[in-house]
Amino acid sequence: MYKYDQYDQAIVDARVDEFRDQVKRRLAGEITEDQFKPLRLMNGLYLQLHAYMLRVAIPYGTLDGRQMRMLGHIARTYDRGYGHFTTRQNLQYNWIKLEDTPDILADLATVEMHAIQTSGNCIRNISSDQYAGAAADEVADPRPWAELIRQWSTFHPEFSYLPRKFKFAVIASDEDRAAMRLHDIGIQLVKRDGVLGAKIFVGGGMGRTPMIGPEIKEFVTADDLMSYLEACLRVYNRYGRRDNMYKARIKILVHEIGADDYRRQVEEEFAQVKLLGIDPPAAELARITAMFAEPSYEIDAVDDIDRGDPDFAVWVDQNVVAHKQPGYAIVNISLKPVGGIPGDASADQIDLMADLAEKYSFDELRVTHAQNIVLPHVRKADLYTLWQTLDNAGLASANLDLISDIIACPGLDYCSLANARSIPVAQKIATRFASLDRQRDLGELKLKISGCINACGHHHAGHIGILGVDRKGVENYQLLLGGSGAEDVSLGKITGPGFSEDGIVDAIERVTDRYVSLREDGERFLDTYRRVGMEPFKEAIYG
Amino acid sequence: MVEAISFRNDAASAEPAITLDAFVAEQANATAVRLEPGDDARALIPYLDRVSLVEVGFPSFRDGRGYSAARILREAGYAGELRAAGDVLVDQLPFMRRCGFDTFAPDAPIDAEVLSRSLDRYDVHYQRAADETVPVWKLRHG
Repeated sequence: MYKYDQYDQAIVDARVDEFRDQVKRRLAGEITEDQFKPLRLMNGLYLQLHAYMLRVAIPYGTLDGRQMRMLGHIARTYDRGYGHFTTRQNLQYNWIKLEDTPDILADLATVEMHAIQTSGNCIRNISSDQYAGAAADEVADPRPWAELIRQWSTFHPEFSYLPRKFKFAVIASDEDRAAMRLHDIGIQLVKRDGVLGAKIFVGGGMGRTPMIGPEIKEFVTADDLMSYLEACLRVYNRYGRRDNMYKARIKILVHEIGADDYRRQVEEEFAQVKLLGIDPPAAELARITAMFAEPSYEIDAVDDIDRGDPDFAVWVDQNVVAHKQPGYAIVNISLKPVGGIPGDASADQIDLMADLAEKYSFDELRVTHAQNIVLPHVRKADLYTLWQTLDNAGLASANLDLISDIIACPGLDYCSLANARSIPVAQKIATRFASLDRQRDLGELKLKISGCINACGHHHAGHIGILGVDRKGVENYQLLLGGSGAEDVSLGKITGPGFSEDGIVDAIERVTDRYVSLREDGERFLDTYRRVGMEPFKEAIYG
Repeated sequence: MVEAISFRNDAASAEPAITLDAFVAEQANATAVRLEPGDDARALIPYLDRVSLVEVGFPSFRDGRGYSAARILREAGYAGELRAAGDVLVDQLPFMRRCGFDTFAPDAPIDAEVLSRSLDRYDVHYQRAADETVPVWKLRHG
């Protein structure tokens, strides 16, 4: 894991001091809310329907037990005893007082954490593959590159007032577990002639105009990465639209001028920027990479799992994933109990997961974009004990990637932008499909719910997506089919007229029933949909 | 009239700045140019040797195009006065300084004490920009 040195710590400490000063000036009325807004936003502080919401950065979703425990401490001390893990691998608190935020940031800084650039029109927290460093299919651990980008983008003086927010994802395998091509810039690390480099996609995104990012550059080495990204951002900062906030994301620029013209402009800019000497030396990437060295695995760890307990066996089959090291496994802790709020964890659960990481996973945890937690390096011999502990804490739902493993935005229960509630819909769907046998029979089925067109709940990328809208003052839910945020990336299509809160649950059941009657051997829902198209499902839904 | 802020040793230019279009088209004797957010700073590069003031307009603090304009001019070797004018707020000055601005004509007064705290707050920066700051990676590796 990355560890701060005196420079990283000095920057985060200065940020606490700066925000304390800004909050003091705001509370004293020296700056207006309009002037304060971009300052607090660049520090992850939103004003929501009922209170301030603070979003804490978890760079590339990786954290250790000490950091996790601090998140629990903050939930208990300053909030209502819980936190919400987000689709960008961050954590947010929903009930924060403005005057407490400097102290919260000071607490976070003691464990090398912060809320820098978790919102605002700047480069946001860099997301990555939750299985980084543990997956057998990666060409390298993507996180050192993500950390390099984190440092370059932190308080970037030129790119702190961009036309709109800017999100990066960095992965290093062909299987895309981070929705990479639905980011403003998606990076896939690849090897060419034995050299590691970045394949760069620009202009993906969800929101009201979803787009899959086109490839802009086939291969950029680490030596040129910062210059290349600086060129990508400069073209956007200069020419991205600022006349309409709904058309201000880079995807609109790339779409309007075309990928080829955007690429040409970036190349021209790169030719200038490369002369400035802004690229860190290879020694810097090497320094960071050394901190992501493999943990000291037991080389003779037992590779068998005793599947004697059937409930445990189901959990292993559903939530435990192959690790590259024999004798080890990747454990997914589902934060999607039936009837719960997707992504929420209580302070006690957060503490427990911190303990388990220290005890069983080389003191490492990951947050996934699907709002679950991963223990990346668990000895197979420890799985049963671990599962028992999780089960006692309500953290052993065996539903990873099943229909109840729902991504949902906070929706109208919290969010000032929302048109409809997301959480109750997620709860009703999970309850309707509560039978684990039924869920497992339906197989991989990624269901994603957004409470407004901004698509924080990734509804465009759901095998089944739900979009909440406001129709003449009544919440109405549109249904989408066929999206994917994975390597087979696609955007879902709307089935037709929307539904009421209960109607949408019925409609989904008609869709899954039709899938069961149509599927061929081994087909996931998404495969069947792609084979047969929308019509049979429309017929099932609308009759 | 709100007091201007200068980090230069010479006196701020008093010449009224003319538009980029006017400057490029015909005003061969002018030495002060004003760039609006939509102007292409690169169009000014061929003339930089006879420019002594570039004023970059910030009609709204949210519009960040001027930061890129400043860096482009500094990267092209421009050493004259580079002024940020308009909706320029104290919390933005550290970023603007790093992009190469050295004088400021804010619409609203800036508290000198807050500004001084703000400029002194960060001892180190991660990235190289248009100022003299040595980036953290250089401090780490020499």
